Order: sequence, then structure tokens, then C-alpha cells
Amino acid sequence: MRPRKERETPLEHVAAAEHHTHDHGHEEHLGFWRKYIFSVDHKVIGLQYGVTALLFLFFGFSLMMIMRWQLAHPGEPIAAVFFIAPMALIGVVVFFISGIKPSLSMLIGLLFLGMAGLVYYLTSGDERFPGGIMLPEFYNQLGAMHGTIMIFLGVVPLGVGAFGNFVVPLQIGAPDMAFPKLNMVSYWSYFVGGLTMLVSFFVPGGAANSGWTSYAPLSVIATTGQTMWIIGMVFLITSSLLGSVNFIVTIVQLRAKGLTFMRLPFFVWAQLVTSFLLLLAFPPLEAAAVLQLMDRVAGTSFFLPSGLVVSGQALQNAGGGSPILWQHLFWFLAHPEVYVLILPALGIVGEIIANNTRKPLWGYKSLVYSVIFLGFMSFIVWAHHMFLTGMGTTISTFFQTTTMIISIPSVIILTALIISLYGASIRFTVPMLFALAFLPMFGIGGLTGLPLGLAPPDIHLHDTYYVIGHFHYVVAPGTLFALFAGIYFWFPKIVGRTMNTRLGKIHFWGSFVAINFVFMPMFIQGLAGVSRRLYDGGQQYAHAQGVLYLNNVMSIAAWVLGAFQVVFIVNFFWSLKRGEKADTNPWHATTLDWQTPTPPPHGNFLHEPVVYRGPYEYSVPGKKSDYTPQNEPETSGQKA
Amino acid sequence: MQIPYTVTPRSDTGLFNGKLGIWLFLASEVMLFGALFSSYVLLRTGAPTWPRGWEELNIPLATLNTAILITSSVTMVMSWASLMMKDFNKFRRYMGSTILLAFGFLVVKAFEYGHKFELGHFPSTSNFFAVYFTMTGLHGLHVIGGIVVNSYLLGPGSKMWNTEPERFTNRVEIAGLYWHFVDLVWIFLFPSLYLL
Repeated sequence: MRPRKERETPLEHVAAAEHHTHDHGHEEHLGFWRKYIFSVDHKVIGLQYGVTALLFLFFGFSLMMIMRWQLAHPGEPIAAVFFIAPMALIGVVVFFISGIKPSLSMLIGLLFLGMAGLVYYLTSGDERFPGGIMLPEFYNQLGAMHGTIMIFLGVVPLGVGAFGNFVVPLQIGAPDMAFPKLNMVSYWSYFVGGLTMLVSFFVPGGAANSGWTSYAPLSVIATTGQTMWIIGMVFLITSSLLGSVNFIVTIVQLRAKGLTFMRLPFFVWAQLVTSFLLLLAFPPLEAAAVLQLMDRVAGTSFFLPSGLVVSGQALQNAGGGSPILWQHLFWFLAHPEVYVLILPALGIVGEIIANNTRKPLWGYKSLVYSVIFLGFMSFIVWAHHMFLTGMGTTISTFFQTTTMIISIPSVIILTALIISLYGASIRFTVPMLFALAFLPMFGIGGLTGLPLGLAPPDIHLHDTYYVIGHFHYVVAPGTLFALFAGIYFWFPKIVGRTMNTRLGKIHFWGSFVAINFVFMPMFIQGLAGVSRRLYDGGQQYAHAQGVLYLNNVMSIAAWVLGAFQVVFIVNFFWSLKRGEKADTNPWHATTLDWQTPTPPPHGNFLHEPVVYRGPYEYSVPGKKSDYTPQNEPETSGQKA
Repeated sequence: MQIPYTVTPRSDTGLFNGKLGIWLFLASEVMLFGALFSSYVLLRTGAPTWPRGWEELNIPLATLNTAILITSSVTMVMSWASLMMKDFNKFRRYMGSTILLAFGFLVVKAFEYGHKFELGHFPSTSNFFAVYFTMTGLHGLHVIGGIVVNSYLLGPGSKMWNTEPERFTNRVEIAGLYWHFVDLVWIFLFPSLYLL
């Protein structure tokens, strides 16, 4: 390995390595802009996705905190300083502790300060908080934008954009993505989409306020923010469309010599199926967005029924449209989207479990076939979100049947991952802790979904806090824990240093306890019949009185959860420069992403890798070391 | 650093990267127009009375446009075939005609739109015209996209013929696949909007 200077920073490594291993005859010096901003290197783009997505996650989390404040203290003035001060503090701390390139740390510090400013703007002003008390209209904006930001700007870009971009080409032994320039366009399209969403808070009437589902006709008659939402979505759809084409072509075409499909790491399989879902499920939402845009801008009536009366006045439109059509088009995307959220997480957990149990994954083939079947089935379950629309019992029966069928591959995957633990001598590293916690958390999320997938119980539970508890268990302690696991796991490959273990464990245990106190009470409230999207948390309903005290529990737990994320942020920036140094393969992993210098140079591999075996050859009997990298040549006398 | 299979096909998949990429892109386009056609079907079958309006459409002009687009698909194939036969001048002639025909399609379409507006038919008039303008409008955007790509290949992009002729031929092939798809969408639009 190349000797390392003491004060080199991660991105400088990449840059420096670029010069060392350039295989064109000439030195090519890329300036700051080409290297960090308009880069075409999949690793830099992955990091751009990662940083942007983490910031959006943090912002989406802040929106949730404002909501939770309101739910615990409806009608009381907001103490905005509790929101703004920690963010501003983080901004300052980041600037001082990170020690990365001054321009970059200043940029990130300023972003946190900017976010503090944005939250200050959102928690003040007469059109949102007259006298410091939240208006219901503003609560609706928070709900819609929290969902939109968390899903489309946070979790998916982190799981697919960041991890997919950084890890997939490395794991398949490719020099880069198949279309590097397209990759750059994907990121910038995502960035513009995200910016459009943020700017929408400043237009008259504020951001979109019809829920992240944007159900018509409410969304058609909503304020300007909804138009911004549609435009933002078109950019995000473009981004994921280009990204998914790129991923599929990369995985199919650029696999290293000897890397057959059944030798692909499980993570790559998960990304491949995810890309197909993005490719085929997003266009119908784009179509729906175009139709809704026409409804809003050109006065058409695709989603507006005849005789619609708004605020006591008959709407002047042609009529004849169908609000349910929007729901069909929306959920045709949004159900596969659920699997887009969860599959990369399952992939990450698979990698980490194999690595930390020092055993092959149990049932690799059934995992792969289950993921493929899951991807296929996810296209024909969408209307289980619509049992209450009156679409008819025949259709409901069809969709509840397919929903029960899709739970089978999910259970196979979870079971295979759990059986993989059996008989292992487990290394309880920080990534493994998060991966282990993922299993029961995703299990709770999945199992609580079964009653929602059957029409009769869904009629009782639909649109209650039970639903919110259910999908947050899948996405927050499920997917997000897996993504945290991935960050702790691949951090040493990116930076050359591991994240601090003690802080990591504090982050894990704190988050694990707190997050259950946030989401478990939602099941109780939901079973009691408390509806979601109530800006006062159910205070005005008699049937909610018995479970209102839980609002306080959840809100306090949310603050505790937030506090433990600060530990993560501090650990992240502190470890960039001061973390323990790691060699190229600190976890003794078998896959190709660890068989390259740290950080991987431009072009990734010093020699073209050749693959000789499956992805998880751990503890092979008769071998000296307990792991055999995929690219280690066979020596005579050893079993293949 | 060189990304493999940008020009030559990978032996086990039989494809070069761009070709797989365009087929995947077209698959997503099928889903986009598929969703729009399904919406049209659902709205039309769900309506108690589907608003009349197709009598107002100009079938002869649309037939002309269909002929124009099919011809342009033929010239597109010929331009690719010319490159395969290493005849660059022929390529320029055929590619030029493809672009001209595409412009011709848009001009005819503009006359149709203008005439509808004169008669007071707007997207907001009825759901029939909403579907008509939205779907033909989106198709028109795709035609414009094709014109941009083809013009690039005829103009500045054609320099590649001198340096990497095989890669340039591949690019024309990919642009051709896209162009045939745009043609195909119109072939579905024409009967379902004008004739049914």
C-alpha cells in the first residue's frame, strides 16, 4: 500500500490515488470543481449522494420533531430555540472537529447553520405560528414534506444512490459505473429535485400540504406548493430512472471475469432487483404527475369528479375525472417503492451478517430467488393500500391474496438471515449490532403489516396511528438501522479509518431503546382508533382520551433519539481524521470491495480482478485463514 | 481507466452497454405511456357518457402524419445501414431526411392544435380533449427529443465517425431504437384517439 501522509483527508486520498494509478500516459489534473462537484467517479458521486441524503434525513427528522412538539403540547407556543440551538451547535462543532479540507468542512458547517436558519423560518411567522402557536395548515405541510423528504430525498438516495454507487462497482470488480456521465446527471437531477422541494416552503401558502401521497382532488385544489412538489418529483423520477438504467447495465455488463450471477454478493442482487423496481414503477407516477400538473395548470379534470364543491362553491371544471385513478397510479409506484426502501437494507444486512458470523449466508440461493420473486410480486399488490376506497370486494380479494403471497419471500429472507446466525461465533462489532437489531425490528414491521394486508382488519386500522407505527418499524429501526450498519461497515474503506467503537455502541443502544419508545406506542394508539394526520394528536376525540398520555412518551423518546444521533454526527466527523487507522480489509471480508487499496483509486483496481469462487467463503475447513477472498486463485489440492 | 464493452459486445450477454441501456430506458417509456393509455381506458370506461370530440379531429391529417413518421423510421434505418456499409454521405442524406420528416410531423401537429384552439377546444374543454392534448403533447416532446439527438448525430456528434466509426454506428443504432419507439407510440395513439 501507498504510504500515507499524516494529515491527508479522505477525498484527498482519492485525488492523490488518481495521479498514481492513472493508466493513460499523461497526467490529468482535475480541478476542485471536476474532482468534488461535477465528478464522474462513482465513489465521489456515491459520497455526494450520501452526504446530501444524510443532510436531508436530518432535516426531515427536524420536521418530525416540530410535529412531535405540537402533538405533545397542542396549542402551546413553540420553544424554537430547542430546535435551532442544537443544529447551529452541530454546525459549529463540525467545522472545528472534522479537520477535513477547510473548504469542505466550512461547507458542511454552513449547511447545518443554513438548516438551523430554515428551521427558524419554519417555526416563526404569522402564516405558520401566529403567537408561537402552530396553525393546522402548517401541520399538514410538515406531514407531507416529512414523508416526501424522508423517502425520496433521504432513505432511497442513501440506500441506492450512496451505497449502490459506492459499493456495487467495487463488489463486481468494475472500474466504474457503465455510464459515468449519466451517473453525474442522476445526482444533479436529484439535487435539483431536493432543492425544489426546499424552495417550496417559501412560496405563498407554503409547501405541499396534501400528504406525501398527494391524493386528488385535495392536491389538485391545494396551494402553489403542490405544483412545486410535482416539479420536484419529476426531477427525482428522472434521477432514479437514469440511475436504475446505469445500475442494471453495470451489474449485467461489467461483472469481473469469473463473477457469474450466482457468485454475486447478496447486496448486488438486492441492488439489481431494486433497480428494476425503480425503472418500471416510477414511470406511472411520472404519468400521474403529468396528469395532475395538467389538472392544476391547464384546468383539465383527470382527477376531478363532476359536481365538486369547494368551500361552498361549485368548481368550474369539465368534471368526469376519477380521484381513485390517482390512487391507483400513485400506489403502483409507491408499493414497489416500499421494497426499494427495504431491499438495499436487506443486502447490507446480509453482507454484514456473513462477515461477522464468519460463515456463508444460509440459503444463498433461496435468498436470491426470494428477492427476485419479491420484486416481481411487488408490482401486483398495490391496491391493498386502497381497501377503503370502495373499489369492490372482488378486487380487494385479489389484492389481499397477492399481499399474503408476497409475505412468503419476505419471511424466507428474514428466516435465512436469522438461521445464518445459528452456530456462529459472532463478532459483536458496531455494524453487526445494527444488523442484528434490524432483524427483529423489520420482523415487527413486517408482521404488523399482515392485518393491514387483509381487507377486514384493515377497515378498522386504516388511517390510524397503527399504520404509521407499522411502516415506521419497517423504515426507521428497519432500513435506517441497516443503513447505519452500512455506514459503520464501509466507513474504513472510504476513509481508511474506523469509526469510534465506544461512541458507536452508545449511538446504537441509545437509538435502539429510544426508537422503540417512539413507535411502539403508535400501535396502542392506533388500535384505540386514533387517526393519523390530526394536528392536535387526537385531543378533540373522546375515544382517544385514554391513550393521549402516550403522545408525551413518544415526543420525549423522539428528543432522546435525536440526542443520540448527535453522537453519530460527532463520531462521523471526529473519525474522519482521528479514527483508528484501518488497513485495506479491516473486517477480513471476502468480497471484491475489500480487495482493493483504501481508498480505491480512480479505476478501482490495480489489476483487473478475476473471481474464482462464491461470495461468502468464510471458515472453509482445511484453510489457514478463516476467509478466502473471491479473487484468490485456487491452489492445487484444495477444494473449490 | 477504460470502461469495457462500450463498443464491442460482451461475449456472454451479446450486448454492448449502450444497447442494453436503451432497451431498459425504452422499457421504462413503455411503463410511462402504458400508464397514460391505462388512465385513458379507465377514464373512458368509467364515464357514464364519454364526452364526444373525436369527430372534431382531422383524420386525413393524422393519416398523413402517420405516413410521415413511418417513412422517417425507414430513413432512420437506412442511415444506420449506410454507416454499416461505410457510406458516410448516404448516412448524412438519410439522417437529414429523418430530421426533416420529424419537423414535418410537428408542423402538421401544430396546424391541428391551432385549428382546435380556433374552434375553442382546449384541454380544459372536456376529458376527451384533456387526454388528446396531454398524450399527443407528451408524444410531441418525445419527437422533439429525437430531433435534438438526431441533429447532434448529424452535426457536431458526427466527428466521431473519423475517430471511432464503430462507436458512432452504435450511437446511431441506439438513436434509431428510440426513434422507432416514438414512431410506435404514435401508431398506438392514432387509432385510439382518432378512430375509436
